[in-house]
Amino acid sequence: MTTDILNASTSRSNESAKRSLRMFLPPVLTGALILGIWYLISYVLLDPKRRFLLRPPHEVFNVGFANVDNFSEMMVGLWETTKTAFWGLLIAIVLGFVLAVIMSQAKFIERAIFPYAVVLQAIPILAIVPLIGFWFGYGFMPRVFICVIISLFPIIVNTLFGLLSADSGMHDLMTLHQASRITRLRKLMFPAALPAIFAGLRISAGLSVIGAIVGDFYFGQGATGIGQLLKRYAARLQGEQLLASVIVSSFLGVLVFGCFGWLAQRVVGKWASDNRAGD
Amino acid sequence: MRFPDGTDALDDVSLSVDSGEFVTIVGPSGCGKSTLLKIASGLLKASSGTVDVDPAGIGYVFQDATLLPWRTVWRNVELLTELHGISKAERERRVREAVDLVGLTGFEGHYPKALSGGMKMRASLARTLTMKPPVFLFDEPFGAVDEITRERLNEETLKLFEQERFAGLFITHSISEAVFLSTRVLVMSSRPGRIVESVDVPFEYPRHPDIRFDSTFGEISAHISHALRGAHA
Repeated sequence: MTTDILNASTSRSNESAKRSLRMFLPPVLTGALILGIWYLISYVLLDPKRRFLLRPPHEVFNVGFANVDNFSEMMVGLWETTKTAFWGLLIAIVLGFVLAVIMSQAKFIERAIFPYAVVLQAIPILAIVPLIGFWFGYGFMPRVFICVIISLFPIIVNTLFGLLSADSGMHDLMTLHQASRITRLRKLMFPAALPAIFAGLRISAGLSVIGAIVGDFYFGQGATGIGQLLKRYAARLQGEQLLASVIVSSFLGVLVFGCFGWLAQRVVGKWASDNRAGD
Repeated sequence: MRFPDGTDALDDVSLSVDSGEFVTIVGPSGCGKSTLLKIASGLLKASSGTVDVDPAGIGYVFQDATLLPWRTVWRNVELLTELHGISKAERERRVREAVDLVGLTGFEGHYPKALSGGMKMRASLARTLTMKPPVFLFDEPFGAVDEITRERLNEETLKLFEQERFAGLFITHSISEAVFLSTRVLVMSSRPGRIVESVDVPFEYPRHPDIRFDSTFGEISAHISHALRGAHA
């Protein structure tokens, strides 16, 4: 009997090792494959004279990340971009939330505002960026403004959808007990909206980063962010640094996405029936 | 009662329930039972007629448990006392009592998603009990739970009624549930909803679960069943 139990527990620890292997092996393999293809293109497919088009991975690392001057230039740019994206997102959250709450209070308010939210969403960001620069200049606030425009819609839509998703039986209960609008909002609609709000935040956070980079790229002046660096590296054919900044900017997006996912898990993970908002 | 599209949901329905009386309405789906309950509670306005119930004294038990998923059992049961601004100490006392009464002791910290259907219904009942309502309206509360759980919940509802002696109005389409619980069973027809039969149930309270196997119980059930069939034809 004792041996049986021992066997069972060893096989279980094997089992968990196997499971983590199954978790991590596939993405690691994909990563290795991508690096392999990258090397293949750099060294085999590209003529040595044209190798500047795609420098091999280790050179990108050496020039872009291991060189202190280059790396710090990129980090300063990244910090500028992060600041812009952060303020843009924050304003979009506050504005989007307020608008959604107002829209949730009466159908006619929703009808009055919603089409314009869609219009805002439909404006191609590349079309609005020069206009914003033309009107408001190329400083910090116009950049933030671009981030707000690009990240506002998902917050409005998801928050509104969430607020309106509250159970009708619970609404009846609130009515029966003469709950005020504020109480209804605070105790029923807002908590019910949280999973959807977080889903919106994750989308908007990524969009705000894109807004900050695009704005910086097209403004081409003012404090130097990742956008301007991308443009500069491309113009000077600095392939290693160009690729390094692409990697860094996508890393910023991933980081922001991950942060909100973690936050969602902390806030609604305990009770939300589907974990989609938090995974 | 007439809906905006002109459909008459209810036609000339009149009933009164005294405290200590448990009246059940049985009828087919779509006969307007729930509409009747919504009118009685004030959630819907009748297109004609009057309702004479103090809305503050109504305890409404919904078709589903309608719990807030982000609140634990304890906090869900506490909700109504919170809405009515009752002091913390008094809230604590009432929630404790209600949770114990429905047999959810030990599950206070659980979230609804971790509860079975029957336990959710118990939590919902406990929430209503905290307000000590003199009038209970039950809107097919046990329709979604399995038969075994349903019988147990029936017995517990009966115990609550025997203890609190509220005025109960219960909606269901289960005949045995109706006979088991009620002092009086009303049979409703559909389109438009109309009360076609009123049957008194002679069993004394407290009732034993085994009255379900009594021959009188069978006769009353048969009578109601026939009345329902007649109403449908």
